[in-house]
Amino acid sequence: MLEVTDVVKEFVGVRALDGVSFAVRPGEVHALVGENGAGKSTLIKVLTGVHRPDSGEVRLRGEVVSFDRPVRAQEAGISTIYQEVNLVPLLSVAANVFLGREPKTRFGLVDWAEMNRRAAELLGGYGIDTDVKRPLGTLSVGAQQMVALVRAVSTDADVVIMDEPTSSLEPREVETLFSVVERLHEKGIAVVYVSHRMDELYRICDQVTVLRDGKLVHTGPLGDLSRIELVSMMLGRSVNDIREHGATAFGEDHQAGREPILQADNLSSGVRLSDVSVSIRPGEVVGLAGLLGSGRTETARAIVGALPLDGGTVLVGGKALKSGDVGAAMAAGVNMLAEDRKAEGIIPNLSVRENIVLAALPQLSRFGVVSRDKQDKIVDTFVKRLRIKVSNPDQLVSELSGGNQQKVLLARWLCTKPKVLLLDEPTRGIDVGAKAEVQALIDELAQEGLAVLLISSEMEELLDGADRLVVLKDGAVVGELSGDDLTQDKVLAAIAGEAP
Amino acid sequence: MTAVITDPPDTAAATRRELMTGVLQRQGAAIALVIVVAVAWFSFPRFGSLDNLRDLALQSSFLAVIALGMTFVIITGGIDLSVGSLYALGGVLAAYGSQYGFLVALALPLAVCGLIGFVNGVLVARTKMAPFIVTLASLLFARGLLLAITDEGSNTYRVPADSAFIELGRGTIGGFGYPVFIALVLCVIGAVVLRRTRFGQSVFATGGAEQSALLMGLPVARTKITVYTMSGVLSGLAGALTAAYLQSGVTVIGVGTELDAISVVVIGGTLLTGGAGTVLGTVIGVGLRNVIQNIINQIGTLDSNYQSVVSGAFLLLVVVLQRSLARTKPGR
Repeated sequence: MLEVTDVVKEFVGVRALDGVSFAVRPGEVHALVGENGAGKSTLIKVLTGVHRPDSGEVRLRGEVVSFDRPVRAQEAGISTIYQEVNLVPLLSVAANVFLGREPKTRFGLVDWAEMNRRAAELLGGYGIDTDVKRPLGTLSVGAQQMVALVRAVSTDADVVIMDEPTSSLEPREVETLFSVVERLHEKGIAVVYVSHRMDELYRICDQVTVLRDGKLVHTGPLGDLSRIELVSMMLGRSVNDIREHGATAFGEDHQAGREPILQADNLSSGVRLSDVSVSIRPGEVVGLAGLLGSGRTETARAIVGALPLDGGTVLVGGKALKSGDVGAAMAAGVNMLAEDRKAEGIIPNLSVRENIVLAALPQLSRFGVVSRDKQDKIVDTFVKRLRIKVSNPDQLVSELSGGNQQKVLLARWLCTKPKVLLLDEPTRGIDVGAKAEVQALIDELAQEGLAVLLISSEMEELLDGADRLVVLKDGAVVGELSGDDLTQDKVLAAIAGEAP
Repeated sequence: MTAVITDPPDTAAATRRELMTGVLQRQGAAIALVIVVAVAWFSFPRFGSLDNLRDLALQSSFLAVIALGMTFVIITGGIDLSVGSLYALGGVLAAYGSQYGFLVALALPLAVCGLIGFVNGVLVARTKMAPFIVTLASLLFARGLLLAITDEGSNTYRVPADSAFIELGRGTIGGFGYPVFIALVLCVIGAVVLRRTRFGQSVFATGGAEQSALLMGLPVARTKITVYTMSGVLSGLAGALTAAYLQSGVTVIGVGTELDAISVVVIGGTLLTGGAGTVLGTVIGVGLRNVIQNIINQIGTLDSNYQSVVSGAFLLLVVVLQRSLARTKPGR
């Protein structure tokens, strides 16, 4: 159906794709895997007409095609769902589904009634029940991703490319996605599926293509490969090496101090949070578990004062924080790494150096003048320590991979010498290798006496990473687990509302 | 297909609150307009007189035509600083063209200003230069062109007294000048285009999330070129109407008009960052600005030097009011 042969794509000095061939047949669900920077995104962008290959061919239905713009690829029947929701938040859900192909009335005007009706019908068909007139931005990220999915599959495409579609979905939405993939499969539509989650790949994909450093490493039926073989191909490490060190990089439990450094009591905020209490001791990693929308992020935001509170107190080292004052929280050593690093953290047009020292500027400057020496020293330390891959500290952050961007953000907060670090989905959307490094870092930091609050949608990460889990549901604490109770079953039972 | 995705319980309330906020934000200017008009109506007997209302409507119509184009540009996330110069240039070109007849008087300014707008659009869309810089350059360019063809303003082109073109500016229906109706019709068309055409959707998408719009295959570059061209044409038209009304091409008008246009668009609820806005809002914004101006004139005792100080302060007040109405907006 869709085929590329010997594609080469070079960006200034970097060979992103080096003679890669790839083919997907009708009705096939083809996994495309590799670490970040392996060339997956570039390959997808070549397929969808965002980039043009420097050499090599793209064939669709046997014919050589050359897409100069994304719209050409779409017209030819290739539609794409991107990892970050690529829709327009201020427009309504219906407008987003039909943008560029709106139904028209006799007079050539956009037929809103028809559009809303059909959008509701389409979304309903995929099990999404929402008011299609609402601005897209008021939906949860997961629901937005589902809208993008519906948009992509409703265009009568022959090839659907999904770039980490599940990274912001909650479990039942993932199920819906899988049933959509199943349906596409039955209809004979070719699906290219990019994901870092092994479970997903093995559940829905027939074929797999592995890329590493811009080169094709392997292509063939997925069933013939064991997970460890697949991971070792992606990482370029031997199977034994991975066996020894495990899939997540978390070590043993940590030696925690006695007195909690952070004590949040009875946090309440409208309908979002009711009476949530969390305490963390120095050197302890406390995980927040719960479904999307259960109040995990809100709890963290409430602690740093970014969420207006109706009641509750936050004590840091025994002293109460002024509520609603992020600056005060920072001054007391409480920092939060936000979930959405694109919108709430990284400043893409600044260099790595500037992004790192941003929060520490007050400490680095005297009479408002920032010492360049001190900056360099700090940046150097953290780049080395967090193993951030940069050509030099003046490189723009936007040029880094997701994993390295996340490390830059971590570095930013670490150089303010915090006491408490709130991490909201620190490994979301970054590749296996970087994920392990970030996880190892969290471990290290805890060992050094930092108190960490870890929010994650990945059960494995929470169970392995946290010493204690607080389970949230509908904005309230429904369970607290530690020690031997840290098992998937117990967490699920707590979420489901059964006695732990 | 058993999984049904519904919104978590709290978002329903949050949405309602957002909706309310949205209404207040959008209606903020309308509410302010009603209040200001009511105050003026009762405080100044002359305000409600038909003569004054006709005058007010006429004065508003020129700015409304310019602001209409600006609304589209700002919704795409851009800005057009050249409109004031194009407005003046359009007026002079219309007066100059009027000696060759009605059609030339109308077509010349639209063509020239449209072309400059088109160039703005191409530069913004294709070379990715900042709209601020591009249109600042054409502000200077158009003003310079204007001075060149009028010998630095010493050469004033008059519209021949027997020209049919004058009718365009001075003709009336029920005492209200033609420009008022022209502006109204254009705004209605503009509103329909914005809300009910693919082009309009593309305008919103371009300003709301340009990258996404590109990836969705929308004609982003074409959309930008179109809005800047529209803005140029509309500014030229406003200039032509003004020339027809004044019966001559006045070179000194239009200085700072771009700021008036931008401010009324923003007061009307259009996001300066792009992605949201309405034509109705802009019309209300124009009304608000000119009613305030009118009140200042009614008071009459105010030193003319202080007029813009007062009207600026007043505008600030309105914006602050609008903002505080929207304060309840919940954090994400």
